[in-house]
Amino acid sequence: MDLEKLERIKELKEVWEKELEDLKERCEPAETVSGQPVKILYTPLDTENLDYESDLGFPGRYPYTRGVQPNMYRGRLWTMRQFSGFGDAYDSNRRYRYLLEQGQTGLSVAFDMPTLMGYDSDSDRSLGEVGRCGVAIDSLEDMEILFDQIPLDQVTTSMTINGPAAILWCMYLATAEKQGISLDKVGGTIQNDILKEYIAQKSWIFPPEPSMRLITDIFEFATDHVPKWNTISISGYHIREAGSTAVQELAFTLADGFAYVEAGINAGLDVDRFAPRLSFFFNSHIDFFEEICKYRAARRIWARRMKEKYGAKDPRSLKMRFHTQTAGCSLTAQEPENNIVRTAYEALSAVLGGTQSLHTNSMDEVLALPSEKAVKIALRTQQVLAYETGVANTIDPLAGSYFIEAVTDKMEAEAEKYFKRIDELGGVLPAIDQGFFQQEIADAAYEFQKAVDRGEQVLVGVNRYRTDEPMELEILKIDPEVERKQLERLKRLKENRDGDKVTACLEELKRCAAASDNLIPKILDAVRAYATEGEITATLKEVFGEYREKPLF
Amino acid sequence: MEDRKIRVLVAKPGLDGHDRGVKVVARGLRDAGMEVIYTGLHQTPQQVAETALQEDVDVVGLSVLSGAHMTLVPKIKELLIENDLKDVLLLVGGIVPEDDAKKLMADGHADRIFTPGDSIDSITAYIFDWFKQKAES
Amino acid sequence: MQQLVEDLLAGNRRAAARLISQVENDDPQKRELLKEIFPHTGRAYVIGVTGAPGSGKSSLVDCLLQQMRSESLKVGVIGVDPTSPFSGGAILGDRIRMQEHALDQDVFIRSMGTRGSLGGLARATREAIQVLDAFGKDIILVETVGVGQSEIDIVKTADSTMVVLTPAGGDSVQTIKAGIMEIADLFVVNKADLPGAERTTTEINLMLDMKEDNRWRPPVLCTVSVRGEGIETVWESLKEHRCFLEDSGRLMKIRRERVRRELTEQVEYLVKSRIWDRVKEQIEFDSLVEKIVLRRRDPYSAAYELLEKIAFYGEDDKEGG
Repeated sequence: MDLEKLERIKELKEVWEKELEDLKERCEPAETVSGQPVKILYTPLDTENLDYESDLGFPGRYPYTRGVQPNMYRGRLWTMRQFSGFGDAYDSNRRYRYLLEQGQTGLSVAFDMPTLMGYDSDSDRSLGEVGRCGVAIDSLEDMEILFDQIPLDQVTTSMTINGPAAILWCMYLATAEKQGISLDKVGGTIQNDILKEYIAQKSWIFPPEPSMRLITDIFEFATDHVPKWNTISISGYHIREAGSTAVQELAFTLADGFAYVEAGINAGLDVDRFAPRLSFFFNSHIDFFEEICKYRAARRIWARRMKEKYGAKDPRSLKMRFHTQTAGCSLTAQEPENNIVRTAYEALSAVLGGTQSLHTNSMDEVLALPSEKAVKIALRTQQVLAYETGVANTIDPLAGSYFIEAVTDKMEAEAEKYFKRIDELGGVLPAIDQGFFQQEIADAAYEFQKAVDRGEQVLVGVNRYRTDEPMELEILKIDPEVERKQLERLKRLKENRDGDKVTACLEELKRCAAASDNLIPKILDAVRAYATEGEITATLKEVFGEYREKPLF
Repeated sequence: MEDRKIRVLVAKPGLDGHDRGVKVVARGLRDAGMEVIYTGLHQTPQQVAETALQEDVDVVGLSVLSGAHMTLVPKIKELLIENDLKDVLLLVGGIVPEDDAKKLMADGHADRIFTPGDSIDSITAYIFDWFKQKAES
Repeated sequence: MQQLVEDLLAGNRRAAARLISQVENDDPQKRELLKEIFPHTGRAYVIGVTGAPGSGKSSLVDCLLQQMRSESLKVGVIGVDPTSPFSGGAILGDRIRMQEHALDQDVFIRSMGTRGSLGGLARATREAIQVLDAFGKDIILVETVGVGQSEIDIVKTADSTMVVLTPAGGDSVQTIKAGIMEIADLFVVNKADLPGAERTTTEINLMLDMKEDNRWRPPVLCTVSVRGEGIETVWESLKEHRCFLEDSGRLMKIRRERVRRELTEQVEYLVKSRIWDRVKEQIEFDSLVEKIVLRRRDPYSAAYELLEKIAFYGEDDKEGG
């Protein structure tokens, strides 16, 4: 836009601002849910420096602000991927087949706490936790049951697993082998993002160094043998759920991403060999526009840094592909039906932000694991969005909005500030050690809660329009029998397998862990011999030790 | 001059690592003038009960988001009683369905359950009221 | 109370916990209680652990616990964290690192807030040590707040004091200059796998070289507490220091000094509380405050006047003018 026109706009804006002075504003502060101030109006003056070609470009073209594919949802809709798992492998297998019948297009496995922490169901630590907040998986046998009658060359599966990611991934690969499917046809994602565990989600097992080694081992093995697999899903979701702001989610997640890239490069891998398989996972919170800007900024930052700093040349290394889940922490236990509405808006912003796959939360997730009815409504929310609203018809429809572009720029700039601070602390791992991320998140979470308690952050049905009517909602109950049955099956497995073979595999694994061999083939051998997750983890703990955190408030 | 402070053990039993709530609550209790002992993640019921004993706390606050509350809370209550700590106020926060909450309270396993949406103020007010009543009786 | 003391002496953990609360809360019976347990104290060896926040004091204490327990020693730990001057509340998190020992019946861990005390310890740390001493602990580890320069109370309290540092930038040495140098019987450079460990060690040694009167030359040891490295040496050095104190007669000297100081403090306390009891009986106190606020009186002569009224201040003490 030429200078003359901008001057004219400036003049007109001043006149309009005069008029505003006499008008009253509502009392709520005009801020995003992350505490970022929002102007009453955005004009071409806010996007003065925007250069279409270098800042936005075309979809599927650098810097990918508008999306990673040239045709986006006109080519293929996002994958509707509902995260689920509960009880034992039989229960979850039934739920998966139900979801596939309802038109879901990918699977996403939620494991129970013992599985996430590397314990078997029969550990003392697992008491009361078996099958509670996800499915209990102890051995290859459970994994075979979990995917019974689900051909693994026809669905892609995402597994939320981090500390013991290598083990569960090997179980999945071994299941595919048993189904007679070769590994190069198997596709899916493991979360495998240990950095955010130290930062936010706290499901860790080993200290950072050996954890990073397992991750680069996975990168290497997948590149050679499982080329369709997304070896890591670098996650902002949990950082946000732990209470961070949108900018913190953006900055910390990308900082983690760059740390993995550096780890891969330092392990001697060529950046273009593994970077194309890196994927991301973001939260979609309730602040509609801020979230859209976050996704757009994320793609641009990733592309720019990968190209400029890490010298990636393959376009696939520059493209940030991501999964999105609507914000669990935005849901309320009061009047849970309102959560359907919240989730729908959040889903819309993820789609307008160009997500590759989406999980929509069920209304009852703030109370328990979702019931079948609740999960169906959540899936239907996505289907309505995809097929009725028309939002998938054109690519990045909000581009060019003064507001959207100004905020996208601002978020990029704020993220860059965080990158600088992290660099000053010596990088991501030293910053974790010094509690930098943890403190930033704890502060943000506390500020948010205080704003809610003061009533400044409005939660409908909680601190405004609260009714205290009794709730009428069917809740999924986990049968306490699950734990007993699982323990029984595990006992039988341990009796019937070839114990000598298991011992031999574990000894070999231990030997290699102490050396520097790639551990994946050894874990795969142990898994095939029906060594349990807990046994494999315990073996690795002997060599690697365990992580302990220093909590900050 | 007597200087009595309310001491609270804030504990996370079980395996889940969701500590956003527990940290926000710990900070809120501190800002309300209480001494808050935090023991970190993944505590066993035995560790919780023994810590409550050694730290001579007035209140134990448990945060459970893994769904294991029906196993862990009664177990901890039982151990507290074994440790001669039956007068300690036992509060629970987390994802606890209403039916379970009612049952835990009815069975005397917990004094009060707080769920998402309850303010920090409501927690501190509850503790102060309880403490005042206890001092008067 | 009598019952509690008996239970304490019989090894009841609940009694120990309750008694510490009573001394910490300035219970009216506190002095009586300390009197009761005094004959049973004096056996425990007290080790102070100080150093900046983030230096890894708690993990080091955790590692030392392991060492001591392997020799079947009974150990008490007191972890001190700062009380917020604004709210009076505190978050006490030292024991997080030590929870592996939570179920060991011969380890007793207690967290304390400073409650207004500024010297790095809690107001009642010394009394809590007495309780744990009478409780039969062989060793009592005291972890200070760790704010750096004002950590002087620990030397008055501990038999051996170790200062924990990290190899971080140049400021670590500054901290030493600022007063920690004098209090250390043992230096531990923790997180010694980080770059700069060697430099830090050398710098401390250089400073020690300049010190005169080196009957005990504080060793400078490297540890990596998260991996348990170097802990055995630390524990051996602590034992050596103890032997040195015992053999040289210094332990008696330190403890005599401590008794002298404590007796002085007790006398001061009694004098003070008696005076205050009588001052407060004087109805003029509040009205004097008012007058001073209005600038009709000055606080200096008002104080003399008050004390004269309770006939404590003799003519001889009166200053001229």
